Amino acid sequence: MDLSKLTALEAGKLIKNKEISVAEITKAALDNIYKTDKNYKAFVTVCHDEALKQAEEVQKKIDDGTLTSPLAGVPMAVKDNMCTKGILTTASSKILTGFKPFYTATAVEKLEKAGGVLLGKLNMDEFAMGSTTETSYYGPTLNPWGENRVPGGSSGGSAVAVATEQAYYTLGSDTGGSIRQPCSFCGITGIKPTYGTVSRYGLLAYASSLDQIGPMGKNVEDVAEVLSVISGHDPKDSTSFNNESLKFNLENNVKGRKIGIPVEYFGKGLDADVKARVLDAAKKLESMGAVIEEFNMPELEYAIPTYYIIACAEASSNLSRYDGVKYGYCTPEFEDLTDLYCKSRSEGFGMEVKRRIMIGAFVLSSGYYDAYYKKALQVKAVIKNSFDRAFEKYDAILSPTAPTTALKMGENLSDPLKMYLGDIYTVSVNLAGLPSMVVPCGFDSNGLPVGLQLTGKAFSENTLMNIAYSYQQETDFHLKRPVLKKEMEA
Amino acid sequence: MEFLTTMGLEVHCELSTKTKIFCSCSTEFGGEPNTHVCEVCTGMPGSLPVLNEQVVEYAIRTGIATNCTITKYTKFDRKNYFYPDLPKAYQVSQLYLPICQNGHIDIEVNGVKKSIRIKEIHMEEDAGKLIHDPWEDCTLVDYNRCGVPLLEIVSEPDFESGEEVIAYLTKLKSILQYIGVSDCKMEQGSLRADVNISVRPVGQKELGTRTEMKNINSFKAIARAIEGERQRQIDVIEDGGKVIQETRRWDDTKGISYAMRSKENAQDYRYFPEPDLVPIEISDEWIERVKNSLPELPEEKKARYIAEYGLPEYDVDIITGSKYLVRIFEGALEVCGEAKEVSNWIMGEVLRLASETSTDEENIKFAPENLGKLIVLIKKKVINRNTAKEVFEKMFSENFDPEQYIKDNGLEMVNDDGAVLSVVKSVIEANPKAVAEYKGGSAKVKGFFVGQCMKQLKGKADPATVNKIIAEELDKL
Repeated sequence: MDLSKLTALEAGKLIKNKEISVAEITKAALDNIYKTDKNYKAFVTVCHDEALKQAEEVQKKIDDGTLTSPLAGVPMAVKDNMCTKGILTTASSKILTGFKPFYTATAVEKLEKAGGVLLGKLNMDEFAMGSTTETSYYGPTLNPWGENRVPGGSSGGSAVAVATEQAYYTLGSDTGGSIRQPCSFCGITGIKPTYGTVSRYGLLAYASSLDQIGPMGKNVEDVAEVLSVISGHDPKDSTSFNNESLKFNLENNVKGRKIGIPVEYFGKGLDADVKARVLDAAKKLESMGAVIEEFNMPELEYAIPTYYIIACAEASSNLSRYDGVKYGYCTPEFEDLTDLYCKSRSEGFGMEVKRRIMIGAFVLSSGYYDAYYKKALQVKAVIKNSFDRAFEKYDAILSPTAPTTALKMGENLSDPLKMYLGDIYTVSVNLAGLPSMVVPCGFDSNGLPVGLQLTGKAFSENTLMNIAYSYQQETDFHLKRPVLKKEMEA
Repeated sequence: MEFLTTMGLEVHCELSTKTKIFCSCSTEFGGEPNTHVCEVCTGMPGSLPVLNEQVVEYAIRTGIATNCTITKYTKFDRKNYFYPDLPKAYQVSQLYLPICQNGHIDIEVNGVKKSIRIKEIHMEEDAGKLIHDPWEDCTLVDYNRCGVPLLEIVSEPDFESGEEVIAYLTKLKSILQYIGVSDCKMEQGSLRADVNISVRPVGQKELGTRTEMKNINSFKAIARAIEGERQRQIDVIEDGGKVIQETRRWDDTKGISYAMRSKENAQDYRYFPEPDLVPIEISDEWIERVKNSLPELPEEKKARYIAEYGLPEYDVDIITGSKYLVRIFEGALEVCGEAKEVSNWIMGEVLRLASETSTDEENIKFAPENLGKLIVLIKKKVINRNTAKEVFEKMFSENFDPEQYIKDNGLEMVNDDGAVLSVVKSVIEANPKAVAEYKGGSAKVKGFFVGQCMKQLKGKADPATVNKIIAEELDKL
């Protein structure tokens, strides 16, 4: 049996039934990583010894009955912007060279408590800034679906680890589409939960008011199970909602569900294949009993500038702490304090991060604050209102996730504005703090996956999961796997 | 040319909460460097702040005690700047919606009453401390103070003299101590003041260019800094120059100030709302509850002491100016019921001994009720006043129960008139020469007899009784 083909819940069941031990499945997963990841570079760090030790501890707890989670013993991996005690945490930046936190992110801690075995830390765009995983200091991650294609980003490593079946599920983070767009590019399932659903404690902040951790996996059931584990109030995060963890009740039934399609999302700039696959999905849902209706949301036009002003402003402040003094990279030679700061930051941050810090510092500087940042906050409120109005009518909004399928490597890196425009369908969701889910809905003419985005009102994760689950019961796009290049066993 | 001075104050006050503003680390002063720290107060990547509710409670208390309006929807903002004592490279503070606004504190200087307006009070976190090591030629950082809660109390530019500034600070300090929000120890930096100061020739309407004096940490230093800076600005103007808007550091040992940075080089703090904290909504009930829990404030206490106990204003001013003296006054009064007597003891012996032993008022050791007991013992004539003073001097440093101490050391007065009479008789008998002098009309000699008798009685008799018996016995002769 090729264990890697299992879903997370299938693997969990085998472990529970003692058909396989946690150590066996963990060893198999590690071996698979060594064979596979050379070609895809999803991992920044593989936690070989830690994973085997954890596997042993989890096994003991399963055996004595203290661990009963369906995910107990299932190997997983997390994006490298989540703190893991004693394990390198880099956000794929040179500036965090050698940084090992002495605390673990709440979301990761919750998974570990449920018996998740951490295989390693996944590559990403530096500090989650980018949508191709090419801005990583550790080099790009590769999309398994096509030669020389980007996996999307910033959670590219998290998407590829699932698509290449190196991890049963992963955690990503989504500030402007960083979970959803790589899910779309890599043909997997994922969700950006409502802002405040998953604790941000231990997540290296990019834009605090927009960042949200979420699960990425092979199908809706896996993703729902992981989200139920990591969600819920955390007293260490003041912005986490005072809610119990989410519980899902999945049923194949979309009868009478009202789904809106914003006309603005299907206009200029949208790839024809992507448009066709997404509209096919709408038809499929309609055939299953959902009510599909077009509507207008003109406010979405302002989402991209608004997003980049707010995200960069917060980033410029959040990333100021990386000064070369306390941890991470420090320039070897410097004249004085200012020189130490300048050199460490100039040498430690990559181009894209520096660009966003500059934009953020500019929009917050005195004399420009009102014109940019304050205005952006006002537009953010307008966008939220337009979503609120839409959800008076609809249970979910259906749209493409990105204007294209996976791009060629290097295509966008040289043209940041083009890259920013690629976020057009995802960023408004973060501005409004809403939950949004992506499921595979077909392939383009190059055989690259297309993802369907379903967005709901705040805390409607169960509705979204149910629509997505029903869709996956009637389609098989999520079951398709790329042909992998693997090293032969030595 | 004559000049007018205008000043405004920014006072930073460390709150005496047990834990820091955004984490549960201790706020205790003086720990080994970097021992009261965690990932939150050292701003480690991924850490998030959680507001200590006590800080909000203390801020509301301070706002009410200084006649401010409490902002019911208040928020935190980030103040961004790079410095090694600020590990996140931003300070969480309040710019747009500070918790208290538009208050005032009333002061009195040389009999003239004046109200100083408070513009706002905001909550913020303190930074760490940099220590320069001259031997290694490096700078070390101690983050223990990082995240200790601060209130910044900003006045309007209502001060016209150094005396007004000192009167305001004295009053503010006593209010903060009374309501229990801060110990206001200037030497430990828990109360710090920045002074904005400008001068203008008499007759000129618009204010002169102001400078900001930082780093002043005692009332005396503030007075000196104000006088120094006022004179410097006047000199600049009289020499035909212009005062530059800048921040200056006062060096109290050298008695001069240095320019730190001018307005042109002023930092742009890029303030924006802190996204890691949610806005705070303060209900009317909360404000009402805090209002009801406030102790009697100095002003109210002063009025009551004068009306109720008929004490002189001067004494009351001094006693109510310090919550520690008030504690002694009220504690002793409860036991003995003699307000005037307690007040006299405080104004006399307590302050004398505190000054002689360089003891800060807050470090006075004896229990107030023991002073009360001592006063009762005098009233009951168990001891006389001289013995009481001696006992008190010991009690001041050792704090014991005076009843027990007097019993143990046999200091009770001899209240047996017979015993006194026999001593008087023996003294008269032993000093015929003095008796002759007395008879010859020298009244002074009576003092000699009293002294001799008290000596024999080891000071334990009521001087009035001794006097009376001596007079009777001498007159009999």
